[in-house]
Amino acid sequence: MSAELLRLDGVGVRLGGREILRDVSLSIRPGEFTGLIGPNGAGKTTLLRIILGLQPVTRGSVLVDGAPRPPRDASIGYVPQKLGIEPDTPLRVRDVVSLGLDGHKFGIRLPSRARRERVDDMLAAVGARRYADARVGELSGGEQQRVMIAHALIGRPRLLLLDEPLANLDISSEQGIVSVLARLARAEGIAVLLSAHDMNPLMPVMDRIVYVAAGRVAVGRTDEVIQPEVLSRLYGQHVDVIRVHGRVLVVAAPEGVDEAEAAAEDAGVIL
Amino acid sequence: MNVFRYVVEPGFFGSGPVHIALAVGTVVAVTSAVVGVFTVMRGQSFAGHSLADIATTGGSGAFLIGINQFWGYLAFGAGAAAFMEMIGIQRRRGRDVATGVVLGAALGLAALFLYLGTEYSSTTGASFTILFGSIFVITSSTVPALIASALLALGTVLALARVLLLTSLSPDIAAARGVPVRAVGAAFLMALAVSVALSAVIIGAVLSTALLIGPAATALRVAKGPVRAAAVAAGLGTAATWLGILLAYDSYYWPPAGRGWPVSFFVVTLITGAYLVTYLRRPERRPSAQESPDTEQVCSPA
Repeated sequence: MSAELLRLDGVGVRLGGREILRDVSLSIRPGEFTGLIGPNGAGKTTLLRIILGLQPVTRGSVLVDGAPRPPRDASIGYVPQKLGIEPDTPLRVRDVVSLGLDGHKFGIRLPSRARRERVDDMLAAVGARRYADARVGELSGGEQQRVMIAHALIGRPRLLLLDEPLANLDISSEQGIVSVLARLARAEGIAVLLSAHDMNPLMPVMDRIVYVAAGRVAVGRTDEVIQPEVLSRLYGQHVDVIRVHGRVLVVAAPEGVDEAEAAAEDAGVIL
Repeated sequence: MNVFRYVVEPGFFGSGPVHIALAVGTVVAVTSAVVGVFTVMRGQSFAGHSLADIATTGGSGAFLIGINQFWGYLAFGAGAAAFMEMIGIQRRRGRDVATGVVLGAALGLAALFLYLGTEYSSTTGASFTILFGSIFVITSSTVPALIASALLALGTVLALARVLLLTSLSPDIAAARGVPVRAVGAAFLMALAVSVALSAVIIGAVLSTALLIGPAATALRVAKGPVRAAAVAAGLGTAATWLGILLAYDSYYWPPAGRGWPVSFFVVTLITGAYLVTYLRRPERRPSAQESPDTEQVCSPA
């Protein structure tokens, strides 16, 4: 097996006296497509922010290539869930992708043909070439996701993190994004860690799953993790795994939920 | 050439105060416009306006103790910027309280300073100068300081341009890539304070955000890329300032004869007019936004 790109060992995070994540251990290898799955509020975004160095950990260690992550790590690309821009922001799609190369640098830069071609190639790779000159604030959610994937990938990262990229997308955009990511991950050997509250759109492409619930994780191959026993232990209450036409539903059992289990549900599922 | 002479009054290009007004006006208009583009983009127009209100207090305080108003604008603007950065009121939370309490108090102080200042020195028009500008009475000794301040603010914003763009796209991406987001925000707020002080010299403290926000807001409606937006804003700000100076000079012969109309009236009116004109354009329809590019990849729902 190739060396680990990313390794989390016994990571725990406490925020304002509340335990957000505890004892999280996982590793990601080059080229792997990993789904970070769990209900809303389970700690998926916190986990991504830890890997990005935006959230300090209370305990445990985060290693990139076997060493602590440096402050500016070009090997990790990031696609946030939401962009903070208004429709009138004067950033065209090509400007956004170009910022992926050097947006962190001070000073001004002159335009160059080589850069323009590189941006165009990247936009073509994610299927966003047609709206290269549109303002990014005017695009639909799915179009913005493609642009931000291009923005993240143009710096040639080896690990791409995406926070809920499929949230609020229509079903066709959803499939489009997943297939673009799967293709790029295979072709370029980029590891992908993608968070989602619904694992079903990812089923065809996911190599491994990191299931987050109640601040803890279960890690492994999809068929290993998506088991009633594993997920019940994680949630701290009995859950059923229902498979319908290749799709998976994780549902809490209505009967026999005692008070302790209800409390666990309050802590984990609804948080 | 009769028409030209009718528009540009004889003596316009020969007048010393006009030379200074045009030179300083151009530098300040360009600086304010470029800083303004980032101000609007970062959603900090409110911060700009707060700085203008507090600069008014500084300007009137400077008048009271007999020093050049620019230093008052600058000192209070920069001080307020530092304070705002410290407590974070330039962000949405806390804006209402800040508006109601702090800015009201600042303008109240300005009223006191102006009242006392005009009582003691019996200078008429000082209040007007501070509130609405004094481009024709810029003393030549302050010109180097004005231009140096403008270049400093402009240079700061140009040096931070890409980082500011990345931060407005997503502060998290910027932070993950090692950008000191907080420090960059503080540096930008200082450049904003300097621009407000400079605009206050041209069109007055209470109107200074017009020169800052107006051209930028107009540019954002018509220009797409960041470089083009900054260029359009700078062009608009400069044109409005030059035309404003020209019309104010001409207006000496307008009723009531012998008392020129204020430059700030013309500049602000021209800027507002340009902004309104952008609403006359039909909004352009982007061809690609309507259809999803992925339609062909959808398999039938069954």
